[in-house]
Parts: sequence; C-alpha cells; structure tokens
Amino acid sequence: MYFESMAAALQMEGHGAFVWSAYLITLGAIVLILYAPRRREKRFLRQLEGQIRRSGGKVPGAAKEV
Amino acid sequence: MWSLFHKFGSPPWLYRLSGSILRWLLPITVIALVAGAVWGVLFTPPDFRQGNSYRIIYIHVPAAVVALAGYYVMAIAGAVSLIWRMKMADVAMRACAPIGAALTFIALVTGSIWGKPTWGTWWVWDARITSMLILFFLYLGVVALYEAYENKELAAKACAVLSLVGTVNIPIIYKSVDWWYSLHQPASIKFTGGTTIDPSMLYPLLLMIVAFYALFTCALLLNMRAEILQREQRTAWVRRLAAAGESD
Amino acid sequence: MRVAGSAAFCARLLRRQLVLGLRRPVEIGNPLLFFAMVIALFPLGLGPAPDTLAAFAPGILWIVALLSNLLTSEGVFRSDFEDGSLEQLLLAPQPLYLSVLAYVLAQWLLTGFLLGLLSPLFALMLGLETGAIPALASSLLLGTAVLSLVGGIGAALTVGLRRGGMLISLLILPFYMPVLIFGSGAVQAALAGAPAGPYLALLGAMLCLAVALAPFAIAAGLRISVDA
Repeated sequence: MYFESMAAALQMEGHGAFVWSAYLITLGAIVLILYAPRRREKRFLRQLEGQIRRSGGKVPGAAKEV
Repeated sequence: MWSLFHKFGSPPWLYRLSGSILRWLLPITVIALVAGAVWGVLFTPPDFRQGNSYRIIYIHVPAAVVALAGYYVMAIAGAVSLIWRMKMADVAMRACAPIGAALTFIALVTGSIWGKPTWGTWWVWDARITSMLILFFLYLGVVALYEAYENKELAAKACAVLSLVGTVNIPIIYKSVDWWYSLHQPASIKFTGGTTIDPSMLYPLLLMIVAFYALFTCALLLNMRAEILQREQRTAWVRRLAAAGESD
Repeated sequence: MRVAGSAAFCARLLRRQLVLGLRRPVEIGNPLLFFAMVIALFPLGLGPAPDTLAAFAPGILWIVALLSNLLTSEGVFRSDFEDGSLEQLLLAPQPLYLSVLAYVLAQWLLTGFLLGLLSPLFALMLGLETGAIPALASSLLLGTAVLSLVGGIGAALTVGLRRGGMLISLLILPFYMPVLIFGSGAVQAALAGAPAGPYLALLGAMLCLAVALAPFAIAAGLRISVDA
C-alpha cells in the first residue's frame, strides 16, 4: 500500500475529500444502473404472477403461443 | 451464421443466454471494479504534479471512454433494427441510452470534482468537457424521445433514426467544439502536458477500462432482460416464467 | 391519370407551401417579431453599454436566430400531418427525398432567408461594426439552411406526438451547436479583421452534408410518425 495508515489514505494530503467523494458518487451511480433494471424485472414478474393467479392460470389477453 | 442471427432475434433464447452470461460476468465485473479501484486509489504512487487528486483518473477516464463507445453501440443496434427489423436490436438500443447517460454523468461529475483541486474551479468550458456535456444531452434526448411515444416499437424506431443522425453528427460536433476551444482558449489553465503515463499507473487504468466495458455489458443485458419481459408479456414463455415465480 | 414528374411535383409542393405561408402573413412575421423582441431583451439584461453589446452582438444574433428557427421548424409538417395530406405524400410515387426537401426549402425561405435579409437591421441596433455585417448576413443565410434541415428531422420525429414542442428542442439543439460555433465564428472573424471565407466554406460544407443526408432521416421520421 502506498499510504502509511488508513487515516493518511482518507486524508490524501488534503485531496481526500475530492477523491473519495468522486468514488462514492460513482459507486452510487453504478449500483443504480445495475440495480434498477433488476428491480424492474422482478417487480414485473411478481405483478404478472399475481395476474395469472387471479385469473386462474391465464393471463388476460394472452393468446400467442411461441 | 444466419441461424445464429435468427437466434439473436428470438426473445426467450436471448433471455436465457443473457441469464447464463450474467451469472459469471456480473461477479467478475464487480471484482474487477473493486480490484481496479483499490489498486488505483491505495497502491499507486501519487502524480508528481497533481498529487493524490489524480487518483480520480481511474474512474473518470474509463467512464468517459465507455460512455462514448456506448453511443456507437446504440447507433449500431439502431441501424440493425432499422435495416433488418430485428426486434431485439431495438431492445438493445433502448437499453444503451440510460446506461450511457449514467456513465456520461459519472465522467462529468468526477471530472468536475477533479477540476477543483487541479485547476481551482469546478467547471471549465474546455473542449472535451463541452463535448462530453453535449453527449450527455444526446443520450437524454434519446431517452426523452423514447418515453414520449406510446407505442414502444415505434419509439425504438424513432430513437434509432435519432441515434443514427447523432452518429453522423458526433464527429462534426467534436471537431467543431475542439476548434471552438482552440480559438477561445483561456491562457490561465494548463492541461496535461506531453507526459507519458507511468506503467504503475497505466495497468490499473487499463483494468478499470476493461471493468467499465464489462459493467456496460452487464447493465445492458440487465436492461434488455427487463425490456424483453415487458414486451413479450403476452407470450406463453413469459407466462410460464412468471407462474414459476423465478427470473432465471 | 398522368403522374407528375419528380421535379414538377416538387415545384408544385414548394409553391403550395409558399402560398400557404403567404396567405398567413402573420405566421411569417412571428419568427421575425420573436427575433426582434429577444434582441431587445439583451440590452435590458446586459445593460445598454454599447461596448459590451457590440462585443456580444455576434453571439446574441446567432443564438436568437437559432431559437427562432427552432420555434418555426416545429410546425413544418404539423398541419399536413393533421389533415392527412402527409400520408398521401408518403404514398405518392415521387421520391420522398425530393418532396421533403421542398418542404424544408419552403420553411427556410419563409424564416431563415428573411431573417438573414433583415439581420443587418438588428445588427445595427446592437452596434455591430458595419464591416462585419456582410459576414453576418451570409453566415445566417447559409447556417439557417442547415438549421432548417436538421430541425426538419426533429419535426418529422415528433410530429405525431401531442407534446412535441419542448421535445424537439431537446432533440435537435445538440445538433445545432456546430452551426452556432462556425456561424458566430464567421462574424467574430470579420470583427477581428480576419477573412470570414473559411467559416462560410465550412458552413457550406455542412449544408452540403445536410442536404445529402437529412432528407433521408426526415423521410424515415415521417414514416414512423405516420405509423403511430
């Protein structure tokens, strides 16, 4: 490790706030772009499952067979 | 060759394929991102002119590179969907726009944060920053156009046309912004001189660029899966999938 | 029934669009009035000092021209889309490339062209040096043609949407930027005593590219919008 201690790594000779905030923002954005589609998919499947259960095994309007 | 092409056009096949790709690509991506970030932030020497603030490069440059490449992925997918009317291509095109916008956003924000300790200001109207900002607008334009259409297949077609127009325009925009900047360049700010990057800094950077490409692929596949299910909600395989209560 | 040749068809389309425009002179006047009004806002916002105004004049004139072009390009296909004649046009045997070009040409003649002709007047009001006025007028004439073509793409893509107005500006403003850079660059070069020729040549090159490619995109956009 280049830094001598964790505190030095957090400080980075005064640049720590900039570097760490940049990394945190990036982390947030990455989590968001990976998590959002996953959640959309899960929620959609749950919704569809509920629809199927309510209509007794059939989805209203589902006609096409693949 | 053609059978593969047709397979790519098949939603259930693509859905299953993307599931099995993601199962190993997603962990690798996360590991590569963490390893590259830790390597870059903690184990590389500081830059002799910029000190420690240069460590932002390990996210700034990869995000910018992949954001730009993402536009071309989007345009190529748009062209494929317009020419061969391949439905899965416009699903891919649609999926590129928000990811590209997010990556451009990362590049802009980290660049701005990097600019404060280095140039003493949050924002400079520099050629590259301005071009990046325009790229951000282009991505958001595609998202806005897509959302404005009720019919999602037509929306995808319209976005494909728009992204192709953008592809023709991006080189022009970049050249003209470059040129605009050299005309108005403020004298007070010096950008990176002709120093070549040291191998000890280059390797983590390359790792991060690869990791960001992998990240783009993962996010693209995840978005495509969600989109495929929604478009195919009336078909039997999606019904079976939902009835089984699992998503892989 | 005899089918009209492509050239005759386009000439008729152009004439129709121009006649439609001339019958509603207020609509021709609107973008010019908008131009004048926004120009009047700048001295109010920036202060009336002649030096500052003259220094900002190339940028101000070009940005306002760009905005007024943006406002008018939204409506190029609107009324024809609503009364269904656009659908007829798509079914016509004549190449859509040329007919679309006729639409855009008519729009440019009624806005960009007039704006270019009237711009010296506004330039004088902002205190732009007289030496730079030919560069301003010629760059506006060339540049607004590019703007009309690019704006046509946005108009074609959004004509079927109810809330197209704001959207079209988000879509096409990024594509307007190169034109703005070289257009105001021409005027600034003329102010600095440098030749404006190279800038005008670049604008001309952009115009050639736009004439060659934009009608395809407009045609594709119209087909999508009519499907919707």
